[in-house]
Amino acid sequence: MAAGGFFTQALVYLTAAILGVLVAKRIGLGSVLGYLLAGVAIGPAVLGFVGAEGSDVMHFAEFGVVLMLFLIGLELQPSLLWRMRSAILGLGGLQVVVSTVAIAAIGMAWGLAWQVALAVGLSLSLSSTAIVLQTLQEKKLMRTDAGQSAFAVLLFQDVAVIPMLALFPLLATLPRHVEEGHAPGDAGWVSTLPPWGETLVVLGAVSAIVLVGRFLVRPFLRAIARTRVRELFIAAALLLVVGIALLMDSVGLSPALGTFLAGVVLANSEYRHALESDIEPFKGLLLGLFFISVGASIDFRMIAQQPGTVAGLVALLIAVKWLVLLLLGRLFRMGLDQNLLFAFALAQAGEFAFVLFAFAIQDGVVPVDVASLSIAVVAISMATTPLLLLFYERIVRPRVGTRESAPRRADEVVEVNPVIIAGFGDFGNIVGRLLRANGIGTTVLEDDSDRVELLRRLGFKVFYGDASRLELLQAAGAAEAKLLVIALDDLQRTHQMVKSVKQEFPHLRILVRAQGRVDAYELLESGVERVYRQTLDSSLTLGVDALRMLGFRAVQAHRAAATFRQHDENDLRELASMRHDRPAYLSRARQLIAQLEELLQSEVRDSGPVDDSAWDAESLRREFSEKSA
Amino acid sequence: MTDAHRKILVLFAHPALQKSRVNRALIRGLDVMDGVTFHDLYERYPRLEIDVRHEQELLLQHDIVVLQHPFYWYSTPAILKEYQDLVLEHGWAYGREGRALRGKILLNALTAGGSEEVYCAQGRNRYTVRRLLAPIEQTASLCGMRYLAPFVVHGTHALDAAEIELHRRDYHRLLEALRDDRVDLDAAARATHVNADIDAIVRTHTH
Repeated sequence: MAAGGFFTQALVYLTAAILGVLVAKRIGLGSVLGYLLAGVAIGPAVLGFVGAEGSDVMHFAEFGVVLMLFLIGLELQPSLLWRMRSAILGLGGLQVVVSTVAIAAIGMAWGLAWQVALAVGLSLSLSSTAIVLQTLQEKKLMRTDAGQSAFAVLLFQDVAVIPMLALFPLLATLPRHVEEGHAPGDAGWVSTLPPWGETLVVLGAVSAIVLVGRFLVRPFLRAIARTRVRELFIAAALLLVVGIALLMDSVGLSPALGTFLAGVVLANSEYRHALESDIEPFKGLLLGLFFISVGASIDFRMIAQQPGTVAGLVALLIAVKWLVLLLLGRLFRMGLDQNLLFAFALAQAGEFAFVLFAFAIQDGVVPVDVASLSIAVVAISMATTPLLLLFYERIVRPRVGTRESAPRRADEVVEVNPVIIAGFGDFGNIVGRLLRANGIGTTVLEDDSDRVELLRRLGFKVFYGDASRLELLQAAGAAEAKLLVIALDDLQRTHQMVKSVKQEFPHLRILVRAQGRVDAYELLESGVERVYRQTLDSSLTLGVDALRMLGFRAVQAHRAAATFRQHDENDLRELASMRHDRPAYLSRARQLIAQLEELLQSEVRDSGPVDDSAWDAESLRREFSEKSA
Repeated sequence: MTDAHRKILVLFAHPALQKSRVNRALIRGLDVMDGVTFHDLYERYPRLEIDVRHEQELLLQHDIVVLQHPFYWYSTPAILKEYQDLVLEHGWAYGREGRALRGKILLNALTAGGSEEVYCAQGRNRYTVRRLLAPIEQTASLCGMRYLAPFVVHGTHALDAAEIELHRRDYHRLLEALRDDRVDLDAAARATHVNADIDAIVRTHTH
């Protein structure tokens, strides 16, 4: 592709994306709908900026789905995945089987041969992972009962694609339709193997991902992180995903599934949040591109030829899938509001249908006219999903009411810690250990990869990454946390972090470690309420010991330190405001120091914050001697 | 609510509130009760470094002082003793010029593990709670304060939630009555404990 052509295309897609989402958001629709409408607008039907290459773009953009599954895997620890097994196999399995049977039955009633009807049923039983997850995430519904169940079903569908592809050649009734076999899943050399060989290759690829993820990726990422060149880490993250996708593709497995698996394997690693935050923007853009290409691919000419049929089929498809989902949700004891959400979310057909129909044509299973009609139905049903969810949200839910029985499964997908600690040197370490010893979960971020490695070996759950980056904080759960402890060595980054956190996560209470007095001044000035000078407590403790060694009573030394501490904290705040006026600052500082010394030396300490004059009152002695005189 | 109401300062002392059932129930809602200042001493001074001037200021602003605490070794938890030692200064609370607390009312509100029967001359503890509180009663007397019989919740280990709730109601009723001047102070001063027969001490209407 010529550079000029590339830039022109980029211009068209980016402009469409920005305008589409901007407008959609402004009128209260989700970003997915914005992308889809943008796609329709630039597609052949309306403006015609993009045409034949639309499907190429879609293939490229499918990589966004792959990235999304990787990110989802990263958030899902193996143990959590295991806990979801009954939902995945039971609910997911039943959904695919029952929907397939229902759709195939309708197809046969329509007059299709059973083989064709079955292939159509299988293809249409799948839902759109991309649209559903993106929309649910945007609406923050992933943690609900319905969100979890939808996710389980989608996961099963992703796996189910593989046996479906294997089944298609057996259903062929027409001559093979040979075209460019460029679609993913075209595992040329593997399909020449005998069945046991194929199984072996597939198993080998899956175990390779698990083993490599477990033993090789972490040292590799550590070596990259040590260079402290950020883009190198991003490149490594992308390389990882691309590599896995290619491997899976070459053995005929779904790349999305492979990266999902890799994500799960890496979910416990220290690079989880760093990978998340680096890949997130790529995922977002590619997924957007994917939705645009779905919009652009809707064949309006065909729809125009038989608008009634297409509309009727879309309605029928959605109604059948919706009903099946509703019944299954019932069977799995979902609350009514959750069950409805679940049904509305998954009622469309998905992007896998495009792939499956391409194969169905190629393998001679489905005639071209049935397939292209189905593809149009799929694309439109995908586009209706955001609208259906909007309908659920605005019209259905207010009537049903939210009956979410406590977010009991809330913690299944993401572990949410109330405290984030940025910087896990000696200081952050003690804070973290104290909290952990009291049963408080902390998410720790540290950008020295060697230290991360050491701490992990000591059993601390530390994540690699530059905590002053907003995306990383986001990935670490800043939106749900309550406290943020900043113990970074770099004051500049601390400032930057305080500023951005105050803006983006105003609910977070910030506690900042300051190296010394000057740092503390600056932090106070920038509006941080809780500033902790790291040397204050230990130097006072040492001072107390010194006083005791010189013959002071322990209580006296201790209370003197307490008085000192309170005064010094108050003075710090007063002086912080005047430190720019050097002469005034110095004279006031001298004055305050003298005041404190005077106070500590005076016999009757009646103005100090830690006043113990009543323990041995001079006045009492005087009054007594006056009486007896 | 008119200004005529008396202001109550609850000095609350419990070093392990997270484990307490009864005291946690008793204080529930005190922080929003009209005319009551709820002051959690261990929360404010975890290191027992009491801000004497601040505490004296608070005492001056109130008419009735309630020391609420569990009964530890026949007395208060340590911080209340520290408080008395430091805040009730000579020349301020007592002594020739010490008049700051004159005319104010003082009472204890306490929870005890032992039943009422063990706190009597024949019982295992040999003295009534009221008699064991003699040092505080005398402190009140030296400072010119009027001492009322303590509000006592006996046998805390055996109480169920419903019984605790009844005590909470009695306690809050007493505080409201004190605030609104609906307590027969003479009767309250004579009793062994103020909640022995709370109906006899609290009047329903202001006279």
